[in-house]
Amino acid sequence: MKYAFSFLAVIALILIAWLGSQIPGMPYLFGIALPYLAMMIFLGGFVYRVVQWGKSPVPFSIQTTCGQGKSLDFIKHDRLEAPDTTAEVVARMFLEIVTFRSLFRNTKSELHDGPKITYESSKWLWLFAIIFHYSFLMVVIRHMRLFLDPAPFWIAWLEFGDGLFQVGAPTWYMTDIGLLAGCVLLFSRRLITRHVRFISLVNDYFPLVLIFAIAATGILMRYFLRTEIDIVNIKQLAVGLVTFSPVIGTEIGAIFYIHLFLVCVLLAYFPFSKLMHFAGVFMSPTRNMKNNTRAARHMNPWNPKIIPHSYGGYEDEFREFMVESGIPVEKELPPKKDEEKDEE
Amino acid sequence: MYNKRFIIPGLVIFVLFVTFPLWFNAFSTASPVPKPELPPGGEKECVAPASEMRDRHMVLLNEWRDGVLRDGERDVITVGGKQYRKGLQMACMQCHTSKEKFCDTCHDYTSVNPFCWDCHLTPEEAALKKETH
Ligand code: HEM
Repeated sequence: MKYAFSFLAVIALILIAWLGSQIPGMPYLFGIALPYLAMMIFLGGFVYRVVQWGKSPVPFSIQTTCGQGKSLDFIKHDRLEAPDTTAEVVARMFLEIVTFRSLFRNTKSELHDGPKITYESSKWLWLFAIIFHYSFLMVVIRHMRLFLDPAPFWIAWLEFGDGLFQVGAPTWYMTDIGLLAGCVLLFSRRLITRHVRFISLVNDYFPLVLIFAIAATGILMRYFLRTEIDIVNIKQLAVGLVTFSPVIGTEIGAIFYIHLFLVCVLLAYFPFSKLMHFAGVFMSPTRNMKNNTRAARHMNPWNPKIIPHSYGGYEDEFREFMVESGIPVEKELPPKKDEEKDEE
Repeated sequence: MYNKRFIIPGLVIFVLFVTFPLWFNAFSTASPVPKPELPPGGEKECVAPASEMRDRHMVLLNEWRDGVLRDGERDVITVGGKQYRKGLQMACMQCHTSKEKFCDTCHDYTSVNPFCWDCHLTPEEAALKKETH
């Protein structure tokens, strides 16, 4: 049911944009007002979430390690798996972000007759995630041709590489297929693997369906439903949006407004969803802390501030009262000057 | 906030990245709105209405290419009493004589780099080739 709800929600969003954009005047809402609003929610929400995380104390040093930590000289230190310096943390983080190393280690446990439990490497999640994320990144970078004026030369290089197979006109992009396939594969994984399905929620399915719909509407617009899709006109709107002087020239087909509206929904939804793992991977204490607990003490920021108080300091503070009540002291009270004079 | 030293620069980089088109366009000169040159010969009719050509010319050209090269369909198309031979140089560029003043105006603006010209010659190039042979 959880996945069915995601489909219903996305279908409802498509209908809103489709029918809505046909009402006279509404293209300004879908083409200009909502993109600005969505972008503000995205940036504001994103920064807010990161600041909230930044304010959360980390009481323990909780890096995850899977290698030999730095120890005696003759014990080989695994610098990537148990980073000891900031540079090593950065190296590990970098590889995590560009190659998803932690997913590469995914294992599958199975119970066999016997009973016997086996663990086997399972790289599917890694593969699907790599296909999905790199396709998404490439599609987003290629979209910059619609926003940057004049379009920089390196976009043409990416487009050439991505459309290397030169299938059809406009040429099909590998990343278009990759993005669609990535969504389908990740979604299927959630349905088919039983224990993953058990822990999957609406907010796990919804982003996949939403991104699938964004990619599908983009592909439909580029290759199939080209009526009233004049890229020059669309680029004028897009450049207008980022130079704060948007105009909608001639009419643009509904498929464009559907595509754009779904992107707006994605942007506005982003800061409040699991998609924040984009920032979360950097903010994760298990990834960004050093494995140096034997060399440096991790202070819990909750700890109250306790100043050391030696016995000498204690006696200095209370000597008068101690002498008064007859408690032995290590250092006597200094003789009182005026009393001495009186006695003479 | 803890680790301000890392988090604040990180956030600044993120915001700069997301708003990259703003800075890029602010510091570059906007290109003029593309105005493709109408056929210098004064032709008014094309194989399809202008709006349809604008949206779908690449689809049409691709179908022509597949038809001619793969299925040998070199038939002539008659639209509004006028006959066109299927082909970029044989039909389109008879009227739209300049690649630079017609095709390129929009293509440059939107970073479209069709591979037509890997094989085809523009009328100017074709004329040059004839001279040298
Ligand atoms: C998360 C953001 C987005 C994703 C994942 C996405 C996805 C896609 C995909 C997969 C395509 C198919 C063709 C291609 O890959 O270039 C496409 C086409 C397109 N998208 Fe997007 N899109 C996004 C944002 C936007 C935005 C903000 C706009 C607003 C200007 C836009 C406008 C277009 C247009 C005009 C096309 C047709 C391009 C053509 O015909 O060459 N997209 N989109």
